[in-house]
Amino acid sequence: MTVTAIGRYEFKSRDRLENFHGNQVVYWHWEEHLMYCAALALPLPPSMPFRTVLTDILPGCYNLHPEWSRVEWDTVTWMLDQRPFKPVLDASLAANNIGHKSLLRFWTPGLHGIGGCAT
Amino acid sequence: MSKVSITLQNTDEGRLLVEAIVADNPAAEVSWMPALTKIDCEDRLSLRRETIEARFGRRYDLQELQLSLISLAGNVEEDDDSFTLAWAQGAGSRKA
Amino acid sequence: MNAMPPLPKQRKLSLKERYAHLTRGLGWETTYQPMDKVFPYVSYEGIKIHDWDAWEDPFRLTMDAYWKYQAEKERKLYAVIESFAQNNGHLNITDARYVNALKLFLTGVSPLEYSAHRGYAHVGRHFVGAGPRIACQMQAIDELRHAQTQIHTMSHYNKFFDGLHDPRHMHDRVWYLSVPKSFFEDACSAGPFEFLTAISFSFEYVLTNLLFVPFMSGAAYNGDMATVTFGFSAQSDEARHMTLGLEIIKFMLEQDEANVPIIQKWIDKWFWRGYRLLGLVSMMMDYMLPKRIMSWAEAWEMYFEQAGDALFEDLSRYGIRKPKYHEVASKEKHRLSHEVWSIFYNYTHAAAFHTWMPTEEEMTWLSAKYPDTFDKYYRPRFECWTEMQAEGKRFYNPTLPQLCVTCQIPMGFTEPDDPTTICFRSADYKGERYHFCSDGCKDIFQNEPEKYIQSWLPVHQIYQGNCGGAEVKDVLAWYHLNFGTDNFDYEGSPDQKLWEEWQAQKATNPV
Ligand SMILES: [Fe+2]
Ligand SMILES: [Fe+2]
Repeated sequence: MTVTAIGRYEFKSRDRLENFHGNQVVYWHWEEHLMYCAALALPLPPSMPFRTVLTDILPGCYNLHPEWSRVEWDTVTWMLDQRPFKPVLDASLAANNIGHKSLLRFWTPGLHGIGGCAT
Repeated sequence: MSKVSITLQNTDEGRLLVEAIVADNPAAEVSWMPALTKIDCEDRLSLRRETIEARFGRRYDLQELQLSLISLAGNVEEDDDSFTLAWAQGAGSRKA
Repeated sequence: MNAMPPLPKQRKLSLKERYAHLTRGLGWETTYQPMDKVFPYVSYEGIKIHDWDAWEDPFRLTMDAYWKYQAEKERKLYAVIESFAQNNGHLNITDARYVNALKLFLTGVSPLEYSAHRGYAHVGRHFVGAGPRIACQMQAIDELRHAQTQIHTMSHYNKFFDGLHDPRHMHDRVWYLSVPKSFFEDACSAGPFEFLTAISFSFEYVLTNLLFVPFMSGAAYNGDMATVTFGFSAQSDEARHMTLGLEIIKFMLEQDEANVPIIQKWIDKWFWRGYRLLGLVSMMMDYMLPKRIMSWAEAWEMYFEQAGDALFEDLSRYGIRKPKYHEVASKEKHRLSHEVWSIFYNYTHAAAFHTWMPTEEEMTWLSAKYPDTFDKYYRPRFECWTEMQAEGKRFYNPTLPQLCVTCQIPMGFTEPDDPTTICFRSADYKGERYHFCSDGCKDIFQNEPEKYIQSWLPVHQIYQGNCGGAEVKDVLAWYHLNFGTDNFDYEGSPDQKLWEEWQAQKATNPV
């Protein structure tokens, strides 16, 4: 469908990759921990190894949660853009098929939030 | 089956209008809230100029309602003597 | 028995006659320029109008009556504003936390009044019939008055409280204000008939009761007589605007059967747009009013479920059904305000108003109003946050959130049937991914992707380097927000300190 308009109506996406100065935006969401109210948006270089996000980036995002220190990455299950996903930890985001505005959701077995109620 | 509704300010004039509405529409249900009063009534509700004038003790132009109104629900029909809110009688009767 | 003076000899014109003189025979077929050049926007949306004179303003307001009643409203309002200022009315509010609702109103809603003024002036020019032109002109003037009186009234609070100093600038820049701003710009950049369906019908008629009525009643309950007065002064115009909204819809529907599917699509779109916007109101009602009138869920039941049933039953004779996803909105009513408050609690360090955790007494109220959800899903979260704050570690989310491309709200809404899981929806368009908070927002995008790929999403704009810098402090400076006073929790804010000093003074020397 298109926009009903008085003339030609074509625009470039405002959030196209080239506008992010070499980064791509990737969304990360720790399931069942809604103390963090929404998925996080992170501008990351596509060449960054997946492991680096886990070791250097996400702790600064999530470590206020009392359960964060108990996350064991080898038990975590992932979804990338609505498909089940197994990250190759030492490969880059790009090599893991994580693109601009990809969404990564992860579940941490045994950790279901404060009081077990997804908080 | 459907209720029409009118909400008025709790001012001196607003209170008199509520009295007038209740007098003319015995089925009206009145809910008081801080600063406002909501009146609901099955299908239709009418304000009559005469009833209002009797309460106010002066001539009243129905367009003065503009000063006391907060909200309404229903189709409006206004002339010099009455102000009516109503939902259409029988769905499908006036299809375009 | 009747003390009234006798009727004057000369017959006065009836209301209907006076209105007919104002609105009939004023327009004409143009000859110097063809009609479609003079009214270039009136047909491209596909709405067919055969008889503009079929339009009738049910109030039949004429210009002289309009000026007379509007002047009377202004006179009353300014008398109250004057005495509020002279008597230091701000000291009579229930609690300074209440002022945060005003901050959100002044930065989020009042600029919309001004946008509405421009919108109605524009569409009033572009309709062919004199009836709708005059109704739109009156509304354009009303909306300008609303913007002015709101700014004027709240300027009194600006003398004492933080966050009220630059609403227009903030409206154009602050992240959460992109929600109301983009809503209205979406409507203003549509054609004139869609604009009226969006603002006059879906917003004013179907949803605006939820904004003004509980908010103004809440203001009264919380001792803010100035706000009550500007609210009612505006709302008395609103009743007329609502009637215009219903009238324009019926007018379009009656003109041509081919208009029906176009209008249904607009009703679906603008119901959902408006409902998402009202998420902000839900948190005002349940969290920001120290004394509460009714819960969001109760207001939704009264003003949408019951009133909407009657309305859409009435419109069903034209083949119009209830807006798509209304049942999702009803499913969300027991969690909406809690989810929205959580979003703002997460990001209060970047907001122009304060948030806080409800007191134990307030949580009891929330439990009672939301028996199926509050204790189960939200109380544990709030108790955890309260404890963290007591330990001096008030929770602020350090990372910016993912936003919905359509409504621009952080993606904090949960699945319609599962309050523990965020609702993620996405679509691909020309090789790029787009994310949405709901099926409603996704549908809106997919119907007009070219429009929403232009969304100015605050989080992405910060990452693109367009918002003053990369640090929170830089961005807040670009927002014209004062770091350390306007933002952060109410607990420890200068607003709180000042309020407590006043209360102490009141206690020592009662007037
Ligand atoms: Fe307005
Ligand atoms: Fe959305």
